[in-house]
Amino acid sequence: MFKKLMAAIAVLCLPAAPALADITIDVTEGTYKPLPIAIPEFTAEGGSEDYSRQITEVVKNDLASTGLFEITQEAAFIQKDLSIDVQPRFADWKIIQTDALVVGETGLTEDGRLRVAFRLWDVYGEEVLRLDNQPGRQYTTTPDNWRRIAHKISDSIYTRLTGESGFFDTRIVYIAESGPKTARVKRLAIMDMDGANPQFLTSGVHTVLTPRFSPSAQEITYMSYEGGRPRVYLFNIETGRQEVLGDFEGMTFAPRFSRDGGSVLLTQARGGNSDIYVMNLRSRQSRRLTDHPAIDTSPSMSPDGRRIVFNSDRGGSPQLYIMNTDGSPLTCPSGGRDTACRITFGQGRYSTPVWSPRGDLIAFTKQTRGKFHIGVIGIDGKGERLLSEAYLDEGPDWSPNGRVITFFRENYPGAGPRLWSVDLTGRNLRQMNTSTDASDPAWSPLLD
Amino acid sequence: MNTLLKASAAAAVLVGVAACASQPEPEPVAETPAPVEEPAPVETVEAAPAEPVYTGPTPGSLEDFQVNVGERVYFDLDQSRLDGDDQEILNRQAAWLATYPQFNILVAGNCDERGTREYNLALGERRAAVVKDYLVSLGVDASRIETISYGKERPLDASSNEAAWARNRNGFTQVLDATAG
Repeated sequence: MFKKLMAAIAVLCLPAAPALADITIDVTEGTYKPLPIAIPEFTAEGGSEDYSRQITEVVKNDLASTGLFEITQEAAFIQKDLSIDVQPRFADWKIIQTDALVVGETGLTEDGRLRVAFRLWDVYGEEVLRLDNQPGRQYTTTPDNWRRIAHKISDSIYTRLTGESGFFDTRIVYIAESGPKTARVKRLAIMDMDGANPQFLTSGVHTVLTPRFSPSAQEITYMSYEGGRPRVYLFNIETGRQEVLGDFEGMTFAPRFSRDGGSVLLTQARGGNSDIYVMNLRSRQSRRLTDHPAIDTSPSMSPDGRRIVFNSDRGGSPQLYIMNTDGSPLTCPSGGRDTACRITFGQGRYSTPVWSPRGDLIAFTKQTRGKFHIGVIGIDGKGERLLSEAYLDEGPDWSPNGRVITFFRENYPGAGPRLWSVDLTGRNLRQMNTSTDASDPAWSPLLD
Repeated sequence: MNTLLKASAAAAVLVGVAACASQPEPEPVAETPAPVEEPAPVETVEAAPAEPVYTGPTPGSLEDFQVNVGERVYFDLDQSRLDGDDQEILNRQAAWLATYPQFNILVAGNCDERGTREYNLALGERRAAVVKDYLVSLGVDASRIETISYGKERPLDASSNEAAWARNRNGFTQVLDATAG
C-alpha cells in the first residue's frame, strides 16, 4: 500500500542555488540549546488552505517533539509577506532571534493533486540551506497523502540541521490493550510515529504480543496465542496475510528480524528449556544458536549480522550476553574466550536487549530496587546509562536513525501501560499519543 | 511470605475436605467461572453426630478437583522449584488423575508482573514443565498433560503488591472436559 502511495509522490527540485551555509545542531552534546526555528504557515493557492495549515502544524509538531528545536512563536513574526520565490528579509528574523526559517507553499494542480514546496533559510548566514544539494524541495501527491509529505519535510529539515537521517516518516506497531488486568484484550495495532492513523491489525480474540517491524519490508513478526499454542507469526501489512513461522515443537516467542530483514531470530521453549534459533525467511531453514539448560531468549542481531545479544539466566539471574552468530567462540570484554560473553555486571536484572541500528550501543530493560529502567550500554559492557525510571519501564526499540528509543511504561502500580519515547541522551522523555493503553512498541524503518 | 500463602492455600483445601464447618476461606479468584458457591455453614445441624455425611462436591467432578485436590502450586520469586506443599498438591492431582483416567489436563505456567514479558514467557514455560515432569514421575501419562505459558499476561490477582505477586507465580492445572477428547 505504501509503496503504491509513494510512487505517486514526485520529488522535484526548486530552481536557484545560493551557496552552502552552516547552521547545525550537535545531537550528541550532553548540554545543548534548542535551535530557534520559525515555521510560518505555508502560503496556499487554489483552495489548498486546509492542507497548508495542517502540514505546517505537523512539521512544527514533529520538530518540536525532538526537543532539539524551539519553534518561534507566530506572534513574534515581523515579516508577514513571505513568498517561496523571494528572499526573506533576514533582518526581520534576526531581530526575533530565529536561526532558521522555513518558507513553504501549497497548491492544487489542475488534475486535483496536491503540490507542496518549501525552502529552509539560514537567517544569520543569509542564505538558503541546500537539501540534497538542491535549494528547496517540492512534492506532488494525492491530497490524502498530505500527512506523509509533512513528515518528509520534517525529515528533510531535521537531517539538514542535525546531520542525522530522519525518523518522522515512520510508523510504530504496538499492542493495543483494553479490559481488566485479569482478562486483558491485546490487539496488534499500527499508527504513524506521531500517533496519527491508528489501525487495529488483529481482532483481539487471541492474545498477541511483541510485534517487530521488518527493516526491509512492510512485514511484522509477532507472537500469538491463536490455536491455543503460542507461536511466532509473520504478518504482511500490505496483503493482511498471516502465517506461522517455522515448524517448531512447543512454543516459539520473542521474535526479532535480522537487520537485513532476511531472517528472524526467535526463542523456542519446550520441556522447560528456552533456546534461541535463527530462521532464514527465504529457505525457511532454521539453525539453533544456543543450547543451554538456562533460559536464553530476547535475541537481537548486530547491524552487520555477525553478533547476537540475548537475555540469559545462566549466571543465576537474567543478564545480557553476546555471542557470534556463527557460534564460534569470542574474546570476552571481561577476559577469556567463550561461546557467549556476559556484558552486564551492574546491580539488578537485565532483559530485552536491542542492538542499536548504529551498532555501538545496546538498549535494555533493567530491574533494580523495585523500579524498572530503560538504559543503554556499550557492546563491551562499558558505559551503562539509565535513561528512564518508573514502576514499569519495558521493551525498548530504536528509531531507525538510532537517536530515539521508544518503550512502554506503567507509571504507577495499576496504571495501564502507555508508549513513551526518550532521546538517546536521556533528554526529552515524552508520552506518545495512543487512544488506548499500549505496550510493546516497535519502530518501522523510514518509509520509501 | 510464600510459605504462609501456601499454608493458607493448603488450609483452604483442608477446610474444603472437612466439609464446610467453619467460615469459608477466601478462595483465590479462579480464572474459570467460580465453582458453585458452597452453602453457608449450617451451624444449626446439631443432631446426633451419627456418621458424618459427605456434603462436598461430587467425586470425579471438576469441582471435586478444584476443592479437594487443589489446582495451583505457587512458586518463589524467580524460581520454578516445587517445595513440600506443592508436592502434596501434585500428589493429590496425580492420584485423582489415576482415579479418573478419562480426564486430561492443561498445565499453565504463570509469573508475576515484576519481570519482562519475554523472560516471563520462558519462565512460565519452565514452571509448567516442572509441574508436568513431577506428575509424570508419579505415573501420569505424559500424553494426558498439555502445557502452556502465559508469562505475566494472565494474573490471578490484579493487585500490585507482594501478596498478589506471590499468588500470580503459579502453576495452574486445568482439568479438560473429558468429552473434548
